[in-house]
Amino acid sequence: MDHIIKADNILFEYYNYDENGEKKEAITALNHISVSVKKGEFLVVLGHNGSGKSTFAKHLNAILMPKEGTLFVSGIDAANPQNVWNIREKVGMVFQNPDNQIVATIVEEDVAFGPENIGIPAEEIRTRVDDALNTVDMSEYKLRSPNQLSGGQKQRIAIAGVIAMKPECIVFDESTAMLDPIGRKQVMETMHKLNKEHGITIIHITHYMQEAILADRIIVMEKGEVVLEGSPKEVFKEVEILKNIGLDVPDTTYLIYLLNKEGFNFTPDVLTIKEVVDEIWQSK
Amino acid sequence: MIRDITIGQYYPVASPVHRLDPRTKILLTFIYIISLFFIDFFIGYGFVVVALYAAINVTRVPIKFMLKGLRGIVFILLFTVVLNIFFTPGGRVLFSWNFITVTEGGVKIALMMGARLILLIIGSSILTLTTSPIELTDGIESLLNPFRRIGVPAHEIAMMMSISLRFIPILLEETDKIMKAQMARGADFETGNIVRRAKAMIPIMVPLFISAFRRAEELAMAMEARCYRGGVGRTRMNSLQYKRRDCYAFIIGTLFMIVCFIL
Repeated sequence: MDHIIKADNILFEYYNYDENGEKKEAITALNHISVSVKKGEFLVVLGHNGSGKSTFAKHLNAILMPKEGTLFVSGIDAANPQNVWNIREKVGMVFQNPDNQIVATIVEEDVAFGPENIGIPAEEIRTRVDDALNTVDMSEYKLRSPNQLSGGQKQRIAIAGVIAMKPECIVFDESTAMLDPIGRKQVMETMHKLNKEHGITIIHITHYMQEAILADRIIVMEKGEVVLEGSPKEVFKEVEILKNIGLDVPDTTYLIYLLNKEGFNFTPDVLTIKEVVDEIWQSK
Repeated sequence: MIRDITIGQYYPVASPVHRLDPRTKILLTFIYIISLFFIDFFIGYGFVVVALYAAINVTRVPIKFMLKGLRGIVFILLFTVVLNIFFTPGGRVLFSWNFITVTEGGVKIALMMGARLILLIIGSSILTLTTSPIELTDGIESLLNPFRRIGVPAHEIAMMMSISLRFIPILLEETDKIMKAQMARGADFETGNIVRRAKAMIPIMVPLFISAFRRAEELAMAMEARCYRGGVGRTRMNSLQYKRRDCYAFIIGTLFMIVCFIL
Protein backbone atom coordinates (compact mmCIF):
# COMPACT_ATOMS: atom_id res chain seq x y z
CA MET A 1 0.00 0.00 0.00
CA ASP A 2 2.13 2.89 -1.14
CA HIS A 3 -0.68 5.22 -2.10
CA ILE A 4 -1.85 7.56 0.62
CA ILE A 5 -4.70 8.99 -1.46
CA LYS A 6 -6.65 6.98 -3.97
CA ALA A 7 -9.58 8.86 -5.49
CA ASP A 8 -11.53 7.01 -8.11
CA ASN A 9 -14.12 8.74 -10.24
CA ILE A 10 -15.32 11.10 -7.51
CA LEU A 11 -18.14 13.54 -8.07
CA PHE A 12 -19.11 16.47 -5.89
CA GLU A 13 -21.87 19.01 -6.42
CA TYR A 14 -22.92 22.18 -4.64
CA TYR A 15 -26.57 23.09 -4.73
CA ASN A 16 -28.15 26.48 -5.03
CA TYR A 17 -31.46 26.74 -3.25
CA ASP A 18 -34.38 29.02 -4.06
CA GLU A 19 -36.51 30.82 -1.44
CA ASN A 20 -38.63 27.73 -0.80
CA GLY A 21 -35.60 25.68 0.06
CA GLU A 22 -35.80 23.63 -3.08
CA LYS A 23 -32.82 22.77 -5.21
CA LYS A 24 -32.57 25.26 -8.02
CA GLU A 25 -29.43 24.15 -9.73
CA ALA A 26 -26.46 21.89 -9.11
CA ILE A 27 -22.95 23.18 -9.61
CA THR A 28 -20.49 20.42 -10.31
CA ALA A 29 -17.30 21.12 -8.41
CA LEU A 30 -15.60 17.81 -9.06
CA ASN A 31 -16.60 16.03 -12.23
CA HIS A 32 -15.67 12.36 -11.86
CA ILE A 33 -11.99 12.84 -11.20
CA SER A 34 -9.45 10.16 -10.37
CA VAL A 35 -6.28 11.13 -8.58
CA SER A 36 -3.84 9.09 -6.58
CA VAL A 37 -1.00 10.34 -4.45
CA LYS A 38 2.01 8.28 -3.45
CA LYS A 39 3.41 8.24 0.06
CA GLY A 40 6.15 10.84 0.48
CA GLU A 41 5.21 12.68 -2.68
CA PHE A 42 5.17 16.47 -3.08
CA LEU A 43 2.10 17.17 -5.18
CA VAL A 44 1.02 20.60 -6.32
CA VAL A 45 -2.54 21.19 -7.47
CA LEU A 46 -2.85 24.23 -9.73
CA GLY A 47 -5.97 25.95 -10.91
CA HIS A 48 -7.62 29.32 -10.56
CA ASN A 49 -10.69 30.24 -8.52
CA GLY A 50 -13.60 27.91 -9.07
CA SER A 51 -11.55 25.14 -10.66
CA GLY A 52 -12.54 22.72 -7.89
CA LYS A 53 -9.08 22.50 -6.35
CA SER A 54 -10.21 23.57 -2.88
CA THR A 55 -13.18 21.24 -3.03
CA PHE A 56 -10.78 18.42 -3.82
CA ALA A 57 -8.58 19.43 -0.87
CA LYS A 58 -11.53 19.35 1.51
CA HIS A 59 -12.31 15.78 0.50
CA LEU A 60 -8.90 14.61 1.62
CA ASN A 61 -9.62 15.68 5.20
CA ALA A 62 -13.20 14.38 5.20
CA ILE A 63 -14.59 17.91 5.53
CA LEU A 64 -16.55 17.08 2.39
CA MET A 65 -17.54 13.62 1.25
CA PRO A 66 -17.84 12.47 -2.35
CA LYS A 67 -21.37 12.13 -3.73
CA GLU A 68 -20.23 9.42 -6.13
CA GLY A 69 -17.09 7.40 -6.60
CA THR A 70 -14.66 6.04 -4.04
CA LEU A 71 -11.98 7.78 -2.03
CA PHE A 72 -9.47 5.97 0.13
CA VAL A 73 -7.24 7.98 2.44
CA SER A 74 -4.40 5.93 3.88
CA GLY A 75 -6.46 2.84 3.13
CA ILE A 76 -9.53 4.13 4.98
CA ASP A 77 -12.82 4.64 3.16
CA ALA A 78 -13.50 8.38 3.25
CA ALA A 79 -17.12 8.02 2.14
CA ASN A 80 -18.03 6.39 5.45
CA PRO A 81 -18.94 9.04 8.05
CA GLN A 82 -17.68 6.78 10.85
CA ASN A 83 -14.10 7.13 9.64
CA VAL A 84 -14.03 10.92 9.77
CA TRP A 85 -11.84 11.25 12.85
CA ASN A 86 -9.43 8.51 11.77
CA ILE A 87 -8.85 10.31 8.51
CA ARG A 88 -8.39 13.69 10.17
CA GLU A 89 -5.67 12.21 12.37
CA LYS A 90 -3.84 10.99 9.28
CA VAL A 91 -4.31 14.01 7.04
CA GLY A 92 -3.78 17.47 8.47
CA MET A 93 -4.89 20.64 6.80
CA VAL A 94 -3.53 24.19 6.73
CA PHE A 95 -5.95 26.83 5.46
CA GLN A 96 -5.65 30.15 3.71
CA ASN A 97 -6.29 32.74 6.39
CA PRO A 98 -3.76 32.40 9.22
CA ASP A 99 -5.96 34.35 11.65
CA ASN A 100 -9.00 32.16 11.24
CA GLN A 101 -7.32 28.88 12.13
CA ILE A 102 -5.52 29.78 15.34
CA VAL A 103 -7.69 28.98 18.34
CA ALA A 104 -5.66 29.80 21.42
CA THR A 105 -4.25 33.07 22.73
CA ILE A 106 -0.77 31.64 23.27
CA VAL A 107 1.35 30.06 20.54
CA GLU A 108 2.21 26.83 22.36
CA GLU A 109 -1.38 26.38 23.54
CA ASP A 110 -2.52 26.55 19.95
CA VAL A 111 0.02 23.97 18.81
CA ALA A 112 -1.23 21.73 21.62
CA PHE A 113 -4.86 22.08 20.49
CA GLY A 114 -4.75 19.21 17.97
CA PRO A 115 -2.97 16.65 20.18
CA GLU A 116 -5.31 17.60 23.06
CA ASN A 117 -8.29 16.82 20.84
CA ILE A 118 -7.08 13.33 20.05
CA GLY A 119 -6.43 12.59 23.72
CA ILE A 120 -2.63 12.40 23.89
CA PRO A 121 -1.23 12.30 27.47
CA ALA A 122 0.07 15.62 28.85
CA GLU A 123 3.83 14.81 28.89
CA GLU A 124 3.74 13.53 25.33
CA ILE A 125 1.90 16.67 24.17
CA ARG A 126 4.64 18.76 25.75
CA THR A 127 7.41 16.99 23.77
CA ARG A 128 5.38 16.99 20.56
CA VAL A 129 4.68 20.73 20.87
CA ASP A 130 8.35 21.53 21.49
CA ASP A 131 9.44 19.34 18.57
CA ALA A 132 6.83 20.82 16.24
CA LEU A 133 7.81 24.39 17.12
CA ASN A 134 11.46 23.47 16.55
CA THR A 135 10.68 22.04 13.14
CA VAL A 136 9.06 25.28 11.98
CA ASP A 137 11.73 27.44 13.71
CA MET A 138 9.27 29.17 16.00
CA SER A 139 10.47 27.96 19.42
CA GLU A 140 11.45 31.41 20.61
CA TYR A 141 7.86 32.61 20.13
CA LYS A 142 6.19 29.82 22.05
CA LEU A 143 4.87 32.01 24.87
CA ARG A 144 3.84 34.92 22.64
CA SER A 145 0.35 35.86 21.58
CA PRO A 146 -0.44 35.02 17.94
CA ASN A 147 -1.58 38.61 17.46
CA GLN A 148 2.01 39.82 17.67
CA LEU A 149 3.20 37.59 14.82
CA SER A 150 3.45 38.24 11.08
CA GLY A 151 1.33 36.34 8.57
CA GLY A 152 4.14 33.95 7.67
CA GLN A 153 4.86 33.26 11.32
CA LYS A 154 1.19 32.62 12.07
CA GLN A 155 1.02 30.22 9.16
CA ARG A 156 4.06 28.35 10.50
CA ILE A 157 2.30 28.10 13.88
CA ALA A 158 -0.66 26.59 12.07
CA ILE A 159 1.73 24.11 10.42
CA ALA A 160 3.26 23.27 13.81
CA GLY A 161 -0.27 22.65 15.11
CA VAL A 162 -0.76 20.11 12.37
CA ILE A 163 2.61 18.33 12.69
CA ALA A 164 2.11 17.97 16.44
CA MET A 165 -0.69 15.54 15.51
CA LYS A 166 1.86 13.46 13.56
CA PRO A 167 -0.08 13.15 10.32
CA GLU A 168 1.11 11.15 7.31
CA CYS A 169 0.02 13.83 4.91
CA ILE A 170 -0.54 17.59 5.09
CA VAL A 171 -2.83 19.45 2.70
CA PHE A 172 -2.07 23.14 2.21
CA ASP A 173 -5.25 24.76 0.93
CA GLU A 174 -3.91 27.98 -0.62
CA SER A 175 -1.91 28.55 2.54
CA THR A 176 0.44 30.98 0.81
CA ALA A 177 -2.22 33.10 -0.87
CA MET A 178 -2.50 35.77 1.85
CA LEU A 179 1.20 36.05 2.66
CA ASP A 180 3.84 38.56 1.63
CA PRO A 181 6.79 37.26 -0.44
CA ILE A 182 8.97 36.68 2.63
CA GLY A 183 6.26 34.80 4.48
CA ARG A 184 5.50 32.77 1.38
CA LYS A 185 9.15 31.79 1.03
CA GLN A 186 9.35 30.70 4.67
CA VAL A 187 6.22 28.59 4.39
CA MET A 188 7.45 26.98 1.16
CA GLU A 189 10.77 26.14 2.81
CA THR A 190 8.96 24.59 5.74
CA MET A 191 6.85 22.48 3.37
CA HIS A 192 9.90 21.14 1.55
CA LYS A 193 11.67 20.48 4.84
CA LEU A 194 8.71 18.43 6.11
CA ASN A 195 8.63 16.51 2.86
CA LYS A 196 12.38 15.79 2.66
CA GLU A 197 13.34 15.37 6.30
CA HIS A 198 10.17 13.98 7.85
CA GLY A 199 8.84 12.04 4.89
CA ILE A 200 5.41 13.68 5.15
CA THR A 201 3.34 13.65 1.97
CA ILE A 202 2.57 17.24 0.94
CA ILE A 203 -0.36 18.30 -1.20
CA HIS A 204 -0.09 21.99 -1.95
CA ILE A 205 -3.04 23.77 -3.54
CA THR A 206 -2.05 27.08 -5.10
CA HIS A 207 -2.25 29.35 -8.10
CA TYR A 208 1.36 30.54 -7.95
CA MET A 209 3.36 28.84 -10.68
CA GLN A 210 6.70 29.53 -9.02
CA GLU A 211 5.70 27.36 -6.06
CA ALA A 212 5.10 24.40 -8.33
CA ILE A 213 8.56 24.23 -9.91
CA LEU A 214 10.07 22.13 -7.13
CA ALA A 215 7.16 19.72 -6.89
CA ASP A 216 7.43 16.00 -7.71
CA ARG A 217 4.23 16.15 -9.67
CA ILE A 218 1.68 18.76 -10.73
CA ILE A 219 -2.02 18.42 -11.35
CA VAL A 220 -3.79 21.22 -13.19
CA MET A 221 -7.52 21.49 -12.58
CA GLU A 222 -10.15 23.37 -14.51
CA LYS A 223 -13.96 23.24 -14.14
CA GLY A 224 -13.79 20.27 -11.82
CA GLU A 225 -11.63 18.19 -14.09
CA VAL A 226 -7.95 17.32 -14.27
CA VAL A 227 -6.60 18.88 -17.48
CA LEU A 228 -2.89 18.25 -17.10
CA GLU A 229 -0.86 15.94 -14.96
CA GLY A 230 2.86 15.23 -14.78
CA SER A 231 6.24 16.49 -13.64
CA PRO A 232 6.79 20.28 -13.62
CA LYS A 233 8.68 20.04 -16.91
CA GLU A 234 5.96 18.04 -18.59
CA VAL A 235 3.24 20.37 -17.39
CA PHE A 236 4.86 23.73 -18.03
CA LYS A 237 5.80 22.98 -21.60
CA GLU A 238 2.06 22.93 -22.39
CA VAL A 239 2.11 26.72 -22.50
CA GLU A 240 -0.97 27.04 -24.71
CA ILE A 241 -3.25 24.86 -22.58
CA LEU A 242 -2.18 26.72 -19.44
CA LYS A 243 -2.64 30.16 -21.02
CA ASN A 244 -6.03 29.10 -22.34
CA ILE A 245 -7.41 28.34 -18.90
CA GLY A 246 -5.98 31.60 -17.57
CA LEU A 247 -2.94 30.32 -15.74
CA ASP A 248 0.56 31.72 -16.01
CA VAL A 249 3.69 29.79 -16.82
CA PRO A 250 7.12 30.51 -15.35
CA ASP A 251 8.91 33.32 -17.22
CA THR A 252 11.70 30.97 -18.29
CA THR A 253 9.39 28.49 -19.95
CA TYR A 254 7.44 31.32 -21.52
CA LEU A 255 10.59 32.86 -23.03
CA ILE A 256 11.52 29.58 -24.71
CA TYR A 257 7.92 29.20 -25.91
CA LEU A 258 7.97 32.64 -27.53
CA LEU A 259 11.37 32.01 -29.12
CA ASN A 260 10.18 28.71 -30.53
CA LYS A 261 7.15 30.47 -31.99
CA GLU A 262 9.55 32.77 -33.83
CA GLY A 263 11.13 29.80 -35.48
CA PHE A 264 13.79 28.71 -33.03
CA ASN A 265 14.04 25.12 -32.00
CA PHE A 266 14.79 24.89 -28.30
CA THR A 267 13.76 22.04 -26.01
CA PRO A 268 10.58 23.30 -24.34
CA ASP A 269 10.96 21.62 -20.94
CA VAL A 270 13.24 24.11 -19.19
CA LEU A 271 12.46 25.58 -15.80
CA THR A 272 15.39 27.32 -14.16
CA ILE A 273 17.23 30.34 -15.46
CA LYS A 274 20.41 28.25 -15.72
CA GLU A 275 18.69 25.70 -17.91
CA VAL A 276 17.46 28.45 -20.21
CA VAL A 277 20.91 30.01 -20.45
CA ASP A 278 22.49 26.65 -21.23
CA GLU A 279 19.84 25.87 -23.80
CA ILE A 280 20.28 29.16 -25.65
CA TRP A 281 24.07 29.20 -25.23
CA GLN A 282 24.61 25.75 -26.62
CA SER A 283 22.37 26.05 -29.64
CA LYS A 284 23.63 27.27 -32.94
CA MET B 1 -7.39 55.02 19.29
CA ILE B 2 -9.49 51.91 19.19
CA ARG B 3 -6.45 49.69 19.75
CA ASP B 4 -5.74 51.15 23.16
CA ILE B 5 -8.50 49.09 24.69
CA THR B 6 -6.97 46.20 26.55
CA ILE B 7 -8.91 43.16 27.55
CA GLY B 8 -8.78 42.24 31.16
CA GLN B 9 -6.39 44.26 33.25
CA TYR B 10 -3.69 41.70 33.92
CA TYR B 11 -0.62 43.29 35.47
CA PRO B 12 2.29 40.94 34.75
CA VAL B 13 4.83 40.94 37.58
CA ALA B 14 6.28 38.00 39.47
CA SER B 15 4.65 37.72 42.86
CA PRO B 16 3.49 34.86 45.10
CA VAL B 17 -0.10 35.82 44.33
CA HIS B 18 0.52 35.64 40.57
CA ARG B 19 1.86 32.13 40.99
CA LEU B 20 -1.17 30.86 42.89
CA ASP B 21 -3.50 28.47 41.13
CA PRO B 22 -6.30 30.46 39.45
CA ARG B 23 -8.88 28.26 41.17
CA THR B 24 -7.46 29.23 44.55
CA LYS B 25 -7.74 32.89 43.68
CA ILE B 26 -11.30 32.58 42.41
CA LEU B 27 -12.41 30.70 45.53
CA LEU B 28 -10.62 33.12 47.85
CA THR B 29 -12.33 36.00 46.11
CA PHE B 30 -15.66 34.32 46.82
CA ILE B 31 -14.73 33.81 50.47
CA TYR B 32 -13.72 37.46 50.67
CA ILE B 33 -16.97 38.71 49.15
CA ILE B 34 -19.11 36.54 51.42
CA SER B 35 -17.15 37.61 54.49
CA LEU B 36 -17.65 41.27 53.60
CA PHE B 37 -21.39 40.90 53.86
CA PHE B 38 -21.20 39.52 57.38
CA ILE B 39 -19.43 42.54 58.78
CA ASP B 40 -21.49 45.39 60.14
CA PHE B 41 -19.16 47.12 62.55
CA PHE B 42 -16.60 49.73 61.62
CA ILE B 43 -13.89 47.80 63.47
CA GLY B 44 -14.58 44.91 61.07
CA TYR B 45 -13.97 47.16 58.07
CA GLY B 46 -10.79 48.41 59.69
CA PHE B 47 -9.60 44.83 59.87
CA VAL B 48 -10.53 44.18 56.22
CA VAL B 49 -8.68 47.31 55.12
CA VAL B 50 -5.54 46.16 56.95
CA ALA B 51 -5.83 42.64 55.49
CA LEU B 52 -6.44 44.03 52.01
CA TYR B 53 -3.48 46.37 52.27
CA ALA B 54 -1.26 43.45 53.24
CA ALA B 55 -2.59 41.36 50.34
CA ILE B 56 -2.01 44.19 47.83
CA ASN B 57 1.56 44.51 49.04
CA VAL B 58 2.13 40.82 48.41
CA THR B 59 0.82 41.11 44.83
CA ARG B 60 3.43 43.81 43.96
CA VAL B 61 0.82 45.59 41.87
CA PRO B 62 0.97 49.38 42.43
CA ILE B 63 -1.94 50.45 44.59
CA LYS B 64 -3.07 53.05 42.07
CA PHE B 65 -3.95 50.23 39.66
CA MET B 66 -6.27 48.83 42.31
CA LEU B 67 -7.89 52.21 42.81
CA LYS B 68 -8.38 52.63 39.06
CA GLY B 69 -11.09 50.00 39.26
CA LEU B 70 -13.08 52.38 41.47
CA ARG B 71 -13.43 54.99 38.74
CA GLY B 72 -16.05 52.89 37.01
CA ILE B 73 -18.30 52.75 40.04
CA VAL B 74 -18.05 56.32 41.33
CA PHE B 75 -21.55 57.01 40.08
CA ILE B 76 -23.12 53.93 41.68
CA LEU B 77 -21.20 54.66 44.85
CA LEU B 78 -22.50 58.24 45.14
CA PHE B 79 -26.01 57.10 44.29
CA THR B 80 -25.99 54.42 47.00
CA VAL B 81 -24.55 56.69 49.63
CA VAL B 82 -26.91 59.60 48.93
CA LEU B 83 -29.93 57.35 48.76
CA ASN B 84 -29.08 55.72 52.07
CA ILE B 85 -28.36 59.00 53.83
CA PHE B 86 -31.74 60.51 52.98
CA PHE B 87 -34.05 57.58 52.99
CA THR B 88 -32.97 55.27 55.80
CA PRO B 89 -34.95 56.00 58.94
CA GLY B 90 -33.78 55.19 62.46
CA GLY B 91 -31.81 56.75 65.27
CA ARG B 92 -31.51 60.40 66.28
CA VAL B 93 -32.59 63.00 63.74
CA LEU B 94 -29.56 65.06 62.74
CA PHE B 95 -31.07 67.36 60.20
CA SER B 96 -34.53 68.04 58.90
CA TRP B 97 -35.81 70.27 56.12
CA ASN B 98 -39.21 69.94 54.51
CA PHE B 99 -39.57 66.26 53.62
CA ILE B 100 -35.85 65.52 53.87
CA THR B 101 -34.66 64.07 57.14
CA VAL B 102 -31.19 62.80 57.86
CA THR B 103 -30.92 60.39 60.73
CA GLU B 104 -27.96 58.93 62.57
CA GLY B 105 -28.90 55.44 61.38
CA GLY B 106 -29.04 56.64 57.79
CA VAL B 107 -25.55 58.12 57.87
CA LYS B 108 -24.21 54.96 59.45
CA ILE B 109 -25.78 52.64 56.86
CA ALA B 110 -24.69 54.93 54.03
CA LEU B 111 -21.07 54.93 55.14
CA MET B 112 -21.17 51.19 55.64
CA MET B 113 -22.59 50.52 52.18
CA GLY B 114 -20.02 52.82 50.61
CA ALA B 115 -17.15 51.10 52.39
CA ARG B 116 -18.51 47.70 51.47
CA LEU B 117 -18.69 48.58 47.77
CA ILE B 118 -15.19 50.06 47.70
CA LEU B 119 -13.69 47.05 49.46
CA LEU B 120 -15.60 44.70 47.17
CA ILE B 121 -14.24 46.27 44.01
CA ILE B 122 -10.66 46.57 45.25
CA GLY B 123 -10.69 43.00 46.55
CA SER B 124 -11.97 41.46 43.35
CA SER B 125 -9.62 43.54 41.20
CA ILE B 126 -6.79 41.65 42.92
CA LEU B 127 -8.08 38.57 41.11
CA THR B 128 -8.19 40.14 37.65
CA LEU B 129 -4.90 42.02 38.08
CA THR B 130 -2.91 38.97 39.10
CA THR B 131 -4.48 36.31 36.86
CA SER B 132 -4.04 36.22 33.09
CA PRO B 133 -7.25 35.75 31.09
CA ILE B 134 -6.13 32.28 30.00
CA GLU B 135 -5.52 31.14 33.57
CA LEU B 136 -8.85 32.62 34.53
CA THR B 137 -10.58 30.64 31.78
CA ASP B 138 -8.84 27.42 32.79
CA GLY B 139 -9.77 28.05 36.41
CA ILE B 140 -13.42 28.64 35.60
CA GLU B 141 -13.55 25.50 33.46
CA SER B 142 -12.03 23.39 36.19
CA LEU B 143 -14.29 24.84 38.90
CA LEU B 144 -17.43 24.34 36.80
CA ASN B 145 -16.49 20.77 35.91
CA PRO B 146 -18.31 19.15 38.87
CA PHE B 147 -21.52 20.85 37.75
CA ARG B 148 -21.35 19.26 34.33
CA ARG B 149 -23.61 16.47 35.53
CA ILE B 150 -26.45 18.91 36.10
CA GLY B 151 -26.00 20.29 32.61
CA VAL B 152 -23.49 23.13 33.01
CA PRO B 153 -21.45 23.16 29.76
CA ALA B 154 -18.13 23.85 31.50
CA HIS B 155 -15.84 23.07 28.59
CA GLU B 156 -17.96 24.97 26.10
CA ILE B 157 -18.08 28.08 28.29
CA ALA B 158 -14.29 28.04 28.65
CA MET B 159 -13.80 27.47 24.92
CA MET B 160 -16.12 30.37 24.12
CA MET B 161 -14.23 32.64 26.50
CA SER B 162 -10.85 31.78 25.05
CA ILE B 163 -11.99 32.15 21.44
CA SER B 164 -13.46 35.55 22.31
CA LEU B 165 -10.17 36.58 23.86
CA ARG B 166 -8.38 35.47 20.71
CA PHE B 167 -10.69 37.34 18.34
CA ILE B 168 -11.38 40.58 20.20
CA PRO B 169 -8.10 42.20 19.06
CA ILE B 170 -8.62 40.92 15.51
CA LEU B 171 -12.12 42.35 15.30
CA LEU B 172 -10.99 45.62 16.85
CA GLU B 173 -8.33 45.95 14.20
CA GLU B 174 -10.89 45.19 11.55
CA THR B 175 -13.28 47.83 12.93
CA ASP B 176 -10.45 50.31 12.73
CA LYS B 177 -9.80 49.34 9.10
CA ILE B 178 -13.47 49.60 8.12
CA MET B 179 -13.79 52.98 9.85
CA LYS B 180 -10.79 54.30 7.97
CA ALA B 181 -12.14 52.95 4.69
CA GLN B 182 -15.47 54.68 5.31
CA MET B 183 -13.76 57.89 6.39
CA ALA B 184 -11.68 57.85 3.22
CA ARG B 185 -14.95 57.90 1.33
CA GLY B 186 -16.28 60.83 3.32
CA ALA B 187 -18.11 59.18 6.20
CA ASP B 188 -18.42 61.38 9.27
CA PHE B 189 -18.35 59.75 12.70
CA GLU B 190 -17.48 62.75 14.83
CA THR B 191 -20.12 65.43 14.38
CA GLY B 192 -23.85 65.54 14.94
CA ASN B 193 -26.04 64.48 17.83
CA ILE B 194 -26.20 61.04 19.36
CA VAL B 195 -28.82 59.70 16.95
CA ARG B 196 -26.82 60.86 13.97
CA ARG B 197 -23.63 59.34 15.27
CA ALA B 198 -25.36 56.08 16.03
CA LYS B 199 -26.70 56.01 12.49
CA ALA B 200 -23.21 56.62 11.14
CA MET B 201 -22.13 53.39 12.85
CA ILE B 202 -24.40 51.22 10.71
CA PRO B 203 -22.00 51.12 7.73
CA ILE B 204 -19.36 49.88 10.15
CA MET B 205 -21.45 47.26 11.90
CA VAL B 206 -22.77 45.56 8.78
CA PRO B 207 -19.41 44.65 7.19
CA LEU B 208 -18.04 43.81 10.62
CA PHE B 209 -20.84 41.32 11.28
CA ILE B 210 -20.49 39.74 7.86
CA SER B 211 -16.78 39.29 8.35
CA ALA B 212 -17.26 37.93 11.87
CA PHE B 213 -19.64 35.27 10.54
CA ARG B 214 -17.21 34.34 7.80
CA ARG B 215 -14.40 34.05 10.30
CA ALA B 216 -16.55 31.92 12.58
CA GLU B 217 -17.31 29.54 9.76
CA GLU B 218 -13.66 29.20 8.76
CA LEU B 219 -12.55 28.77 12.34
CA ALA B 220 -15.12 26.04 12.90
CA MET B 221 -13.84 24.20 9.85
CA ALA B 222 -10.22 24.59 10.95
CA MET B 223 -11.09 23.30 14.43
CA GLU B 224 -12.86 20.28 13.02
CA ALA B 225 -9.94 19.59 10.69
CA ARG B 226 -7.82 19.41 13.84
CA CYS B 227 -10.12 16.76 15.30
CA TYR B 228 -12.02 19.01 17.69
CA ARG B 229 -15.19 17.28 18.84
CA GLY B 230 -16.09 18.90 22.13
CA GLY B 231 -14.68 18.37 25.59
CA VAL B 232 -15.19 14.60 25.81
CA GLY B 233 -11.98 12.57 25.59
CA ARG B 234 -9.86 15.70 25.46
CA THR B 235 -6.57 15.96 27.36
CA ARG B 236 -4.75 19.12 28.40
CA MET B 237 -1.08 19.99 28.03
CA ASN B 238 -0.97 22.32 31.02
CA SER B 239 -3.40 20.96 33.56
CA LEU B 240 -3.89 22.92 36.74
CA GLN B 241 -2.30 21.56 39.88
CA TYR B 242 -2.70 22.73 43.45
CA LYS B 243 0.67 23.35 45.09
CA ARG B 244 1.65 23.85 48.68
CA ARG B 245 1.33 27.64 48.39
CA ASP B 246 -2.33 27.18 47.46
CA CYS B 247 -2.81 25.33 50.71
CA TYR B 248 -1.25 28.24 52.67
CA ALA B 249 -3.46 30.68 50.79
CA PHE B 250 -6.57 28.71 51.74
CA ILE B 251 -5.53 28.65 55.41
CA ILE B 252 -5.04 32.41 55.39
CA GLY B 253 -8.40 32.85 53.62
CA THR B 254 -10.21 30.69 56.15
CA LEU B 255 -8.62 32.52 59.09
CA PHE B 256 -9.69 35.78 57.49
CA MET B 257 -13.26 34.57 57.22
CA ILE B 258 -13.35 33.37 60.84
CA VAL B 259 -12.05 36.71 62.09
CA CYS B 260 -14.68 38.47 59.99
CA PHE B 261 -17.44 36.35 61.51
CA ILE B 262 -16.20 37.01 65.05
CA LEU B 263 -16.01 40.72 64.47
